[in-house]
Amino acid sequence: MENTNEMTLIFDSRPVNEGLARITAASFCTQLNPTLEEVADLKTAVSEAVTNCIIHGYEGEIHKIRMDLRRKGQELFVDITDQGVGIADVKKAMEPLYTTKPEKERSGMGFTFMEAFMDEVTVDSTVGVGTSVHMKKTIRR
Amino acid sequence: MSAIFQQEGSVLMIHLPADVDHPVSDEIRKESDRIIANVYIRTMIFDFEKTGFMDSSGIGLLMGRYRALGMRQGCIRAVQVNSHIDKLLHLSGVHRYIEIQRSEGEGKI
Repeated sequence: MENTNEMTLIFDSRPVNEGLARITAASFCTQLNPTLEEVADLKTAVSEAVTNCIIHGYEGEIHKIRMDLRRKGQELFVDITDQGVGIADVKKAMEPLYTTKPEKERSGMGFTFMEAFMDEVTVDSTVGVGTSVHMKKTIRR
Repeated sequence: MSAIFQQEGSVLMIHLPADVDHPVSDEIRKESDRIIANVYIRTMIFDFEKTGFMDSSGIGLLMGRYRALGMRQGCIRAVQVNSHIDKLLHLSGVHRYIEIQRSEGEGKI
């Protein structure tokens, strides 16, 4: 069908791959003809989600992170999934400034930025199984 | 590309790279803390001229250096900030603690 497209990227949970993930998302997004501002917003949201997998989900251990990108018309769907420790209290984790790692100078703004820059953000998480962040953004023009 | 550090008296100027993400923030944190431990630094200026991308690790970096310099008013300055970075600084509330100077010729990012 026209105007649909999808791809999946699976990569190691190494900080250097954060750049790979957000540039891949930005490149995939160009087919929707976004503004520079929309691309910058998307890149920050992807970076936050991937950083969360690396620092919190896998706590620095090297495992796989999966990013699914899907386009439907002018809607862009981004799902980022880890099979890490999971989040016991998702509502709490999404509160601005809340962080379990203040000693690492994490700002606690990750989910806040995802919510600010994407139209929809939902989180599925099971302790001991993993976390999946689903984000949606409509590219306006 | 990594950050360039310029120290002049008690002022430390940090020219940030194009992307300020988690690995880059860790690197800048280590180097600036090393400098603070050796020289008296009163003001830190973060130059965003070349920076197009930042995420919340950059916010953690700025707030951490604000604490490291004793949380004095004006001890941290962010200069040549584009509209995307400015949005991050305001959303996070960091603009209440640090001085922000927008880049000239805004409109493009």
